[in-house]
Amino acid sequence: MKETKIIMGMPITVEIRDKNVDAEIFRKVFSYFQHVDEKFSPFKDTSEVTLINEGKIGESERSEEMKEIFHLSEETKKITDGYFDVISPEGKYNPSGLVKGWAIYNAAKTIKEAGLENFFVDAGGDIEARGQYWKVGIRNPFKREENVKILYIKDMGVATSGTYIRGQHIYDSKNNKKTISEILSLTVIGPNIYEADRFATAAFAMGEKGIMFIEKLDGFEGYMIDKNGLGTETSGFEKYAKPIL
Amino acid sequence: MTKTIKKFLLSAFVIISSVFYVLFQRVGNGPNFSNNTGAGLATRNSISQNSSPMVSANANYKDGQYTGTSADAYYGNIQVKAVIQNGKITDVQFLDYPQDRRTSISINTNAMPILKQEAIQAQSANVDIVTGATDTSQAFQESLTSALNRAV
Repeated sequence: MKETKIIMGMPITVEIRDKNVDAEIFRKVFSYFQHVDEKFSPFKDTSEVTLINEGKIGESERSEEMKEIFHLSEETKKITDGYFDVISPEGKYNPSGLVKGWAIYNAAKTIKEAGLENFFVDAGGDIEARGQYWKVGIRNPFKREENVKILYIKDMGVATSGTYIRGQHIYDSKNNKKTISEILSLTVIGPNIYEADRFATAAFAMGEKGIMFIEKLDGFEGYMIDKNGLGTETSGFEKYAKPIL
Repeated sequence: MTKTIKKFLLSAFVIISSVFYVLFQRVGNGPNFSNNTGAGLATRNSISQNSSPMVSANANYKDGQYTGTSADAYYGNIQVKAVIQNGKITDVQFLDYPQDRRTSISINTNAMPILKQEAIQAQSANVDIVTGATDTSQAFQESLTSALNRAV
Protein backbone atom coordinates (compact mmCIF):
# COMPACT_ATOMS: atom_id res chain seq x y z
CA MET A 1 0.00 0.00 0.00
CA LYS A 2 1.16 3.49 -0.81
CA GLU A 3 -0.33 6.87 -0.04
CA THR A 4 0.71 10.51 -0.51
CA LYS A 5 -0.63 13.60 1.22
CA ILE A 6 0.49 17.22 1.16
CA ILE A 7 1.31 18.29 4.70
CA MET A 8 3.75 20.97 5.92
CA GLY A 9 3.76 22.32 2.36
CA MET A 10 5.33 19.20 0.90
CA PRO A 11 4.30 15.77 -0.38
CA ILE A 12 4.59 13.05 2.23
CA THR A 13 4.55 9.49 0.90
CA VAL A 14 4.33 6.28 2.90
CA GLU A 15 4.67 2.89 1.27
CA ILE A 16 4.32 -0.34 3.21
CA ARG A 17 4.87 -3.69 1.47
CA ASP A 18 4.00 -6.06 4.33
CA LYS A 19 1.03 -8.37 3.79
CA ASN A 20 -0.52 -7.48 7.15
CA VAL A 21 -0.76 -3.77 6.33
CA ASP A 22 -4.08 -1.94 6.70
CA ALA A 23 -5.41 1.58 6.11
CA GLU A 24 -5.38 2.39 9.83
CA ILE A 25 -1.60 2.78 10.01
CA PHE A 26 -1.66 5.32 7.14
CA ARG A 27 -4.34 7.33 8.94
CA LYS A 28 -2.27 7.26 12.10
CA VAL A 29 0.97 8.34 10.40
CA PHE A 30 -0.60 11.17 8.41
CA SER A 31 -2.47 12.51 11.43
CA TYR A 32 0.84 12.50 13.30
CA PHE A 33 2.38 14.72 10.58
CA GLN A 34 -0.68 17.01 10.80
CA HIS A 35 -0.14 17.26 14.53
CA VAL A 36 3.55 18.12 14.08
CA ASP A 37 2.63 20.80 11.55
CA GLU A 38 0.03 22.35 13.88
CA LYS A 39 2.54 22.47 16.69
CA PHE A 40 5.82 23.44 15.02
CA SER A 41 4.92 25.49 11.97
CA PRO A 42 6.21 29.06 12.24
CA PHE A 43 3.62 29.98 9.59
CA LYS A 44 0.58 29.12 11.67
CA ASP A 45 -0.77 31.76 14.06
CA THR A 46 -1.83 29.18 16.62
CA SER A 47 1.24 26.91 16.62
CA GLU A 48 3.27 26.53 19.78
CA VAL A 49 6.32 27.88 17.94
CA THR A 50 4.42 31.06 17.01
CA LEU A 51 3.15 31.46 20.57
CA ILE A 52 6.69 31.04 21.92
CA ASN A 53 7.97 33.69 19.48
CA GLU A 54 5.19 36.04 20.58
CA GLY A 55 6.12 35.48 24.19
CA LYS A 56 2.73 33.95 24.98
CA ILE A 57 4.23 30.64 26.11
CA GLY A 58 7.03 30.77 28.67
CA GLU A 59 9.88 28.30 29.00
CA SER A 60 8.19 26.31 31.78
CA GLU A 61 4.92 26.07 29.83
CA ARG A 62 6.41 24.34 26.80
CA SER A 63 5.02 20.94 25.82
CA GLU A 64 7.16 17.82 26.23
CA GLU A 65 7.65 17.59 22.46
CA MET A 66 8.77 21.22 22.33
CA LYS A 67 11.23 20.65 25.19
CA GLU A 68 12.65 17.68 23.32
CA ILE A 69 13.10 19.73 20.14
CA PHE A 70 14.76 22.56 22.08
CA HIS A 71 17.13 20.07 23.62
CA LEU A 72 17.92 18.45 20.25
CA SER A 73 18.41 21.88 18.67
CA GLU A 74 20.99 22.85 21.28
CA GLU A 75 22.85 19.59 20.84
CA THR A 76 22.78 19.84 17.03
CA LYS A 77 24.07 23.40 17.12
CA LYS A 78 27.00 22.27 19.23
CA ILE A 79 28.06 19.33 17.07
CA THR A 80 27.76 21.29 13.81
CA ASP A 81 30.04 24.15 14.93
CA GLY A 82 27.04 26.46 15.15
CA TYR A 83 26.02 25.84 11.55
CA PHE A 84 22.70 24.41 12.51
CA ASP A 85 20.94 27.18 14.35
CA VAL A 86 17.20 27.33 14.96
CA ILE A 87 17.34 30.99 15.93
CA SER A 88 16.99 33.30 12.93
CA PRO A 89 19.01 36.53 12.57
CA GLU A 90 15.86 38.34 13.77
CA GLY A 91 15.96 36.29 16.95
CA LYS A 92 12.91 34.19 16.06
CA TYR A 93 12.80 30.54 16.95
CA ASN A 94 12.25 28.29 13.93
CA PRO A 95 12.97 24.62 14.51
CA SER A 96 11.51 23.49 11.13
CA GLY A 97 14.88 22.28 9.88
CA LEU A 98 15.15 19.81 12.71
CA VAL A 99 11.50 18.90 13.09
CA LYS A 100 11.14 17.40 9.63
CA GLY A 101 13.72 14.62 10.08
CA TRP A 102 12.61 14.04 13.64
CA ALA A 103 8.97 13.65 12.56
CA ILE A 104 9.86 11.20 9.76
CA TYR A 105 11.88 9.18 12.24
CA ASN A 106 8.99 9.10 14.73
CA ALA A 107 6.55 8.12 11.98
CA ALA A 108 8.80 5.20 11.01
CA LYS A 109 8.92 4.16 14.66
CA THR A 110 5.11 4.13 14.80
CA ILE A 111 4.93 1.92 11.69
CA LYS A 112 7.53 -0.45 13.11
CA GLU A 113 5.64 -0.68 16.41
CA ALA A 114 2.53 -1.69 14.47
CA GLY A 115 4.44 -4.85 13.50
CA LEU A 116 5.37 -3.77 9.98
CA GLU A 117 8.84 -4.32 8.53
CA ASN A 118 9.16 -3.28 4.89
CA PHE A 119 8.34 0.35 4.36
CA PHE A 120 9.56 3.84 3.68
CA VAL A 121 8.46 7.28 4.79
CA ASP A 122 9.35 10.13 2.41
CA ALA A 123 8.68 13.75 3.33
CA GLY A 124 9.70 16.20 0.61
CA GLY A 125 12.57 14.01 -0.57
CA ASP A 126 13.89 13.07 2.88
CA ILE A 127 13.54 9.35 3.47
CA GLU A 128 13.59 6.66 6.13
CA ALA A 129 13.80 3.26 4.37
CA ARG A 130 13.31 0.04 6.33
CA GLY A 131 13.28 -3.73 5.95
CA GLN A 132 13.99 -4.47 2.30
CA TYR A 133 16.37 -2.64 -0.01
CA TRP A 134 14.73 0.39 -1.59
CA LYS A 135 15.93 2.05 -4.77
CA VAL A 136 16.43 5.72 -4.06
CA GLY A 137 17.24 8.11 -6.90
CA ILE A 138 19.17 11.32 -6.31
CA ARG A 139 17.37 13.98 -8.29
CA ASN A 140 19.29 15.97 -10.88
CA PRO A 141 19.15 19.55 -9.59
CA PHE A 142 19.39 20.75 -13.21
CA LYS A 143 16.62 18.55 -14.50
CA ARG A 144 13.96 17.56 -12.05
CA GLU A 145 12.65 14.42 -13.74
CA GLU A 146 16.09 12.87 -13.96
CA ASN A 147 18.15 10.88 -11.43
CA VAL A 148 21.93 11.16 -11.30
CA LYS A 149 22.56 8.31 -8.83
CA ILE A 150 20.65 5.24 -7.78
CA LEU A 151 21.12 4.24 -4.15
CA TYR A 152 20.20 0.92 -2.54
CA ILE A 153 19.07 1.72 0.96
CA LYS A 154 17.92 -0.45 3.82
CA ASP A 155 17.42 0.52 7.47
CA MET A 156 18.92 3.94 6.94
CA GLY A 157 17.93 7.54 6.31
CA VAL A 158 18.64 9.61 3.19
CA ALA A 159 18.23 13.38 3.12
CA THR A 160 19.04 16.01 0.54
CA SER A 161 19.58 19.61 1.35
CA GLY A 162 19.85 22.07 -1.46
CA THR A 163 18.53 24.59 -3.82
CA TYR A 164 17.82 24.68 -7.51
CA ILE A 165 18.71 28.30 -7.56
CA ARG A 166 22.08 29.18 -8.96
CA GLY A 167 24.16 31.67 -10.82
CA GLN A 168 26.04 34.79 -9.84
CA HIS A 169 23.08 36.98 -10.71
CA ILE A 170 21.14 35.60 -7.82
CA TYR A 171 22.30 37.13 -4.62
CA ASP A 172 21.31 37.62 -1.06
CA SER A 173 19.47 40.96 -0.97
CA LYS A 174 20.42 41.47 2.66
CA ASN A 175 24.09 41.10 1.89
CA ASN A 176 24.80 42.09 -1.70
CA LYS A 177 28.33 40.79 -1.76
CA LYS A 178 27.34 37.27 -0.83
CA THR A 179 26.01 35.05 -3.57
CA ILE A 180 23.96 32.00 -2.75
CA SER A 181 25.92 28.80 -2.41
CA GLU A 182 27.91 27.32 -5.26
CA ILE A 183 26.56 23.98 -4.14
CA LEU A 184 23.20 22.92 -5.50
CA SER A 185 22.52 19.78 -3.57
CA LEU A 186 24.03 17.68 -0.84
CA THR A 187 22.65 14.20 -0.19
CA VAL A 188 23.51 12.48 3.07
CA ILE A 189 23.04 8.81 3.95
CA GLY A 190 23.01 8.20 7.69
CA PRO A 191 21.92 5.69 10.35
CA ASN A 192 18.42 7.20 10.32
CA ILE A 193 16.62 10.14 8.76
CA TYR A 194 16.87 12.36 11.82
CA GLU A 195 20.67 12.12 11.74
CA ALA A 196 20.93 12.29 7.94
CA ASP A 197 18.64 15.32 7.73
CA ARG A 198 20.25 17.46 10.41
CA PHE A 199 23.77 16.85 9.09
CA ALA A 200 22.66 17.43 5.48
CA THR A 201 21.19 20.79 6.50
CA ALA A 202 24.26 21.83 8.48
CA ALA A 203 26.76 20.61 5.86
CA PHE A 204 24.87 22.34 3.04
CA ALA A 205 25.14 25.62 4.92
CA MET A 206 28.92 25.14 4.99
CA GLY A 207 29.11 25.37 1.20
CA GLU A 208 31.96 23.55 -0.51
CA LYS A 209 33.42 22.44 2.82
CA GLY A 210 30.22 20.58 3.66
CA ILE A 211 31.18 17.34 1.93
CA MET A 212 34.39 17.20 4.01
CA PHE A 213 32.31 17.62 7.15
CA ILE A 214 30.29 14.53 6.11
CA GLU A 215 33.50 12.68 5.19
CA LYS A 216 34.70 13.11 8.76
CA LEU A 217 31.47 11.82 10.32
CA ASP A 218 31.47 8.14 11.22
CA GLY A 219 28.56 6.22 9.74
CA PHE A 220 27.64 8.90 7.20
CA GLU A 221 28.23 9.19 3.46
CA GLY A 222 27.44 12.04 1.12
CA TYR A 223 27.12 13.17 -2.49
CA MET A 224 27.44 16.82 -3.41
CA ILE A 225 26.49 18.46 -6.72
CA ASP A 226 27.91 21.88 -7.55
CA LYS A 227 26.71 24.54 -9.97
CA ASN A 228 28.87 23.17 -12.78
CA GLY A 229 27.28 19.74 -12.62
CA LEU A 230 30.22 18.16 -10.86
CA GLY A 231 29.41 15.45 -8.32
CA THR A 232 31.70 14.83 -5.32
CA GLU A 233 31.29 11.73 -3.20
CA THR A 234 32.63 10.71 0.20
CA SER A 235 35.02 7.76 0.28
CA GLY A 236 32.42 5.19 1.38
CA PHE A 237 29.56 6.43 -0.76
CA GLU A 238 30.05 4.01 -3.64
CA LYS A 239 28.89 0.98 -1.65
CA TYR A 240 25.34 2.37 -1.57
CA ALA A 241 25.35 3.00 -5.32
CA LYS A 242 25.92 -0.66 -6.25
CA PRO A 243 22.93 -2.85 -7.12
CA ILE A 244 22.02 -5.39 -4.45
CA LEU A 245 21.09 -8.72 -5.99
CA MET B 1 56.44 61.64 -11.67
CA THR B 2 56.51 58.77 -14.18
CA LYS B 3 55.63 56.49 -11.30
CA THR B 4 52.43 58.44 -10.66
CA ILE B 5 51.51 58.32 -14.34
CA LYS B 6 52.14 54.59 -14.43
CA LYS B 7 49.95 54.11 -11.37
CA PHE B 8 47.24 56.24 -12.91
CA LEU B 9 47.32 54.33 -16.19
CA LEU B 10 47.26 51.05 -14.36
CA SER B 11 44.27 51.95 -12.23
CA ALA B 12 42.45 53.39 -15.26
CA PHE B 13 43.07 50.12 -17.06
CA VAL B 14 41.75 48.13 -14.11
CA ILE B 15 38.61 50.28 -13.88
CA ILE B 16 37.91 50.08 -17.62
CA SER B 17 38.46 46.32 -17.68
CA SER B 18 36.13 45.90 -14.72
CA VAL B 19 33.41 47.90 -16.42
CA PHE B 20 33.76 45.84 -19.58
CA TYR B 21 33.76 42.66 -17.56
CA VAL B 22 30.56 43.65 -15.78
CA LEU B 23 28.91 44.66 -19.06
CA PHE B 24 29.99 41.43 -20.66
CA GLN B 25 28.62 39.44 -17.73
CA ARG B 26 25.29 41.23 -18.00
CA VAL B 27 24.99 40.63 -21.73
CA GLY B 28 26.34 37.13 -21.84
CA ASN B 29 25.19 35.49 -18.68
CA GLY B 30 21.74 36.77 -17.90
CA PRO B 31 19.64 34.00 -16.41
CA ASN B 32 17.55 32.37 -19.07
CA PHE B 33 14.66 30.08 -18.51
CA SER B 34 15.43 27.15 -20.68
CA ASN B 35 13.43 24.01 -20.97
CA ASN B 36 16.62 22.04 -20.70
CA THR B 37 16.68 20.09 -23.85
CA GLY B 38 19.72 17.87 -24.20
CA ALA B 39 21.86 16.80 -21.32
CA GLY B 40 20.67 19.50 -19.00
CA LEU B 41 24.12 20.11 -17.64
CA ALA B 42 25.36 22.52 -20.25
CA THR B 43 22.97 25.30 -19.31
CA ARG B 44 25.00 27.19 -16.76
CA ASN B 45 23.31 30.10 -15.04
CA SER B 46 19.92 28.96 -16.22
CA ILE B 47 17.04 27.94 -14.10
CA SER B 48 15.36 24.68 -14.97
CA GLN B 49 11.68 25.00 -15.51
CA ASN B 50 10.86 21.53 -16.67
CA SER B 51 7.87 20.94 -14.52
CA SER B 52 6.47 24.42 -14.40
CA PRO B 53 3.82 24.94 -17.05
CA MET B 54 3.44 28.61 -16.20
CA VAL B 55 6.79 30.15 -17.06
CA SER B 56 7.30 30.13 -20.80
CA ALA B 57 10.68 30.70 -22.41
CA ASN B 58 9.06 32.48 -25.34
CA ALA B 59 6.82 34.83 -23.41
CA ASN B 60 7.28 38.49 -24.15
CA TYR B 61 7.14 40.42 -20.92
CA LYS B 62 6.70 44.12 -20.40
CA ASP B 63 9.85 45.87 -19.24
CA GLY B 64 10.04 46.72 -15.58
CA GLN B 65 10.63 45.15 -12.18
CA TYR B 66 8.03 42.80 -10.76
CA THR B 67 7.88 41.46 -7.26
CA GLY B 68 6.38 38.03 -6.68
CA THR B 69 4.30 36.97 -3.75
CA SER B 70 6.06 35.58 -0.71
CA ALA B 71 5.81 31.79 -0.98
CA ASP B 72 6.05 29.38 1.91
CA ALA B 73 9.10 27.11 1.57
CA TYR B 74 8.38 25.65 5.00
CA TYR B 75 11.92 26.43 6.19
CA GLY B 76 11.12 30.04 5.58
CA ASN B 77 9.70 32.30 2.91
CA ILE B 78 10.86 32.83 -0.64
CA GLN B 79 10.17 36.06 -2.44
CA VAL B 80 11.74 37.10 -5.72
CA LYS B 81 11.80 40.14 -7.95
CA ALA B 82 12.03 39.62 -11.73
CA VAL B 83 13.71 42.31 -13.83
CA ILE B 84 12.53 42.47 -17.42
CA GLN B 85 14.47 44.30 -20.14
CA ASN B 86 13.56 44.21 -23.83
CA GLY B 87 10.86 41.68 -23.06
CA LYS B 88 13.28 39.21 -21.46
CA ILE B 89 14.11 38.27 -17.91
CA THR B 90 17.51 39.78 -17.21
CA ASP B 91 17.71 39.25 -13.48
CA VAL B 92 15.99 37.48 -10.63
CA GLN B 93 16.70 38.96 -7.22
CA PHE B 94 15.96 37.44 -3.88
CA LEU B 95 14.07 39.67 -1.50
CA ASP B 96 13.69 36.85 0.97
CA TYR B 97 14.87 33.28 1.28
CA PRO B 98 15.22 30.87 4.19
CA GLN B 99 18.28 31.61 6.24
CA ASP B 100 18.42 30.48 9.78
CA ARG B 101 22.08 29.63 10.01
CA ARG B 102 25.19 31.40 11.09
CA THR B 103 27.80 31.84 8.43
CA SER B 104 31.05 31.61 10.34
CA ILE B 105 32.67 28.29 10.97
CA SER B 106 36.05 26.84 11.62
CA ILE B 107 36.61 23.49 10.01
CA ASN B 108 40.02 21.94 10.03
CA THR B 109 40.74 21.28 6.37
CA ASN B 110 44.23 19.94 6.97
CA ALA B 111 45.00 16.36 6.06
CA MET B 112 41.78 15.93 4.14
CA PRO B 113 41.49 13.05 1.74
CA ILE B 114 40.84 13.84 -1.92
CA LEU B 115 37.31 12.86 -2.75
CA LYS B 116 36.21 11.33 -6.03
CA GLN B 117 34.61 13.74 -8.45
CA GLU B 118 32.72 13.14 -11.68
CA ALA B 119 30.36 14.93 -14.00
CA ILE B 120 26.84 13.93 -13.04
CA GLN B 121 25.10 11.60 -15.49
CA ALA B 122 21.52 10.57 -16.05
CA GLN B 123 20.61 7.21 -14.53
CA SER B 124 17.57 4.97 -14.71
CA ALA B 125 14.27 6.55 -13.79
CA ASN B 126 13.13 3.24 -12.36
CA VAL B 127 13.31 3.91 -8.62
CA ASP B 128 11.07 3.55 -5.57
CA ILE B 129 11.73 6.98 -4.09
CA VAL B 130 13.53 10.17 -5.10
CA THR B 131 15.62 12.29 -2.77
CA GLY B 132 16.03 15.97 -3.61
CA ALA B 133 15.41 19.41 -2.29
CA THR B 134 11.95 20.17 -3.57
CA ASP B 135 10.59 22.68 -1.09
CA THR B 136 12.60 25.72 -1.93
CA SER B 137 12.37 25.31 -5.68
CA GLN B 138 8.61 24.99 -5.56
CA ALA B 139 8.30 28.14 -3.50
CA PHE B 140 10.78 29.83 -5.84
CA GLN B 141 8.69 28.94 -8.88
CA GLU B 142 5.53 30.04 -7.13
CA SER B 143 6.96 33.47 -6.31
CA LEU B 144 8.58 33.87 -9.74
CA THR B 145 5.42 32.83 -11.57
CA SER B 146 3.39 35.41 -9.70
CA ALA B 147 6.03 38.06 -10.50
CA LEU B 148 5.93 37.16 -14.20
CA ASN B 149 2.16 37.14 -14.29
CA ARG B 150 2.38 40.80 -13.38
CA ALA B 151 4.79 41.42 -16.24
CA VAL B 152 2.50 40.11 -19.00
